[in-house]
Amino acid sequence: MDFLFGPFADNEFMRMSLLAVCLVAVTCAIAGTFVVLRGLAFVGDALAHGVVPGVAVALLVGFSGVLGAALGAGVMMGGVGVVTRRYRLSSDTAIGLLFVGMLSLGVIIQSRSDSFAGDLTAVLFGEVLGVSNADLLWQAIALLVVAVVAVVCRRPFLLLSVDEGLAATSGFPVGRYHNVMLAMVALTVVASFQTVGTLLVLGMLVAPAATGALFGRRVGSVTAIAGGVGVLSSYVGLLVSYHADLAAGASIVLTSVAIFTVCAGWVELRRWQAHRKDIHHDHDQPHFHEHVHLR
Amino acid sequence: MNATIFATRLAVGYGHRPVVADIDLALSPGDLLVLIGTNGSGKSTLLKTLAGLVAPQEGELAVLGRPAGSSPARVAYLPQHPVSSHTLPLRARDVVAMGRFARRGLLGRMTRDDVAVIEQSMVRTGADLFPAEPLRDLSGGQQQRVHLAQVLSCQADVLLLDEPTAGLDVNGRRLVAELVAEERSRGVTVVMATHELSDADSADMVLLLAQRVVSKGAPAEALTDAALRECFGFTQPH
Repeated sequence: MDFLFGPFADNEFMRMSLLAVCLVAVTCAIAGTFVVLRGLAFVGDALAHGVVPGVAVALLVGFSGVLGAALGAGVMMGGVGVVTRRYRLSSDTAIGLLFVGMLSLGVIIQSRSDSFAGDLTAVLFGEVLGVSNADLLWQAIALLVVAVVAVVCRRPFLLLSVDEGLAATSGFPVGRYHNVMLAMVALTVVASFQTVGTLLVLGMLVAPAATGALFGRRVGSVTAIAGGVGVLSSYVGLLVSYHADLAAGASIVLTSVAIFTVCAGWVELRRWQAHRKDIHHDHDQPHFHEHVHLR
Repeated sequence: MNATIFATRLAVGYGHRPVVADIDLALSPGDLLVLIGTNGSGKSTLLKTLAGLVAPQEGELAVLGRPAGSSPARVAYLPQHPVSSHTLPLRARDVVAMGRFARRGLLGRMTRDDVAVIEQSMVRTGADLFPAEPLRDLSGGQQQRVHLAQVLSCQADVLLLDEPTAGLDVNGRRLVAELVAEERSRGVTVVMATHELSDADSADMVLLLAQRVVSKGAPAEALTDAALRECFGFTQPH
């Protein structure tokens, strides 16, 4: 039992980390459900990288990294919108352009100073074990906002995820609610990057929600399963990182991907068993035509 | 003006190129307008314009006295190929329930009346036989019954149906004809695109399209041998 609970009982920083990562996991579960259902994983990835130059400028000039990240995400979303509308390019192309452009810009800004090396690592991989009370408060507020947006916009978000045309004819403007959804994902990324890093926040957005989509039949059940998987991944990942002296953020995300892999394998096994059962059933009860003899 | 759908010199299309122009319509409650034409003739584009999904290019258009797309709770649209994400294995009943969203808006709670309407709509189309089945596991015909139930659950004043009998067997086609007749009897205006000339038998007005209005009027006036030859290159077998 000490192996399972000792690290958290004995160390306040582990308890703080677990709480912070669980808040991130639940926030990502809510936003990630729509990222997976609406196919926005690439947008989520782009937003995660789009915050890098914003954070770099913030560090350079000396203002809040969170504010810089928010600015970076805003530029990313606005840029994708402009390129898509003005030049009739697919959103994939627009996202790809902005994604590499913003990431390169961030790395160039950070490369101007050697002292940024540590900061860049923190931006990319987070500081799971260095969470402060202010971080917890900020993450809790972000979770509350994301949850309220998801509940208020549950109908347009569901329609956008399954049938854009029905969303439009039901009185929910597609562009408006798509932007609200993107803003929700951006808030999740900005709020989470300090804990798990920009590179790993995508894993928390996608892996638990993808696991939820394997089993859930409604948005609520997908989110609930995603939340459970995210919290479980947080606990197991932190525990493994503590005992094996591994990077905490990466351990958490790898755990969530491993859970998805196991669940996907289990679903595949069930399908195979069902298929075999059907074949045996057909053999046990031969088709009528096999006993028909024409005279 | 009591017309549920009123259009003068309406041009519909995408970008700057009209697909069909010079459309004049004046439909009253309970009317059935049938759109017939070749593939790419503009039937679906006209329906999308009436639904508010595509902006009119020229002319005037009013649906229920307002610009198209302004009365989502009173206009129901069944697209030619209804899209329902297969990432989320929505149950048939949940898909039908989405038809009530326009009436309930962003925050309105689903009431017992809503539940009753959803159940009733599913019974009317036969979708009540598989309410808990994921939509993606149903056959094409069964999926179409679910989407028809969704449209009916809107309790709209205008029904826009794009090839509603596509993928349906004989019983399904008969069902659609009965549903259209029932809806018209309660004052619903129906606009239906179809490839079946027989669907026009009970119509008040037929619009024969071939990227232009070939003919318009009551079935006997619009579907003449000359008009059919001009549109399709053949005439209706007698």
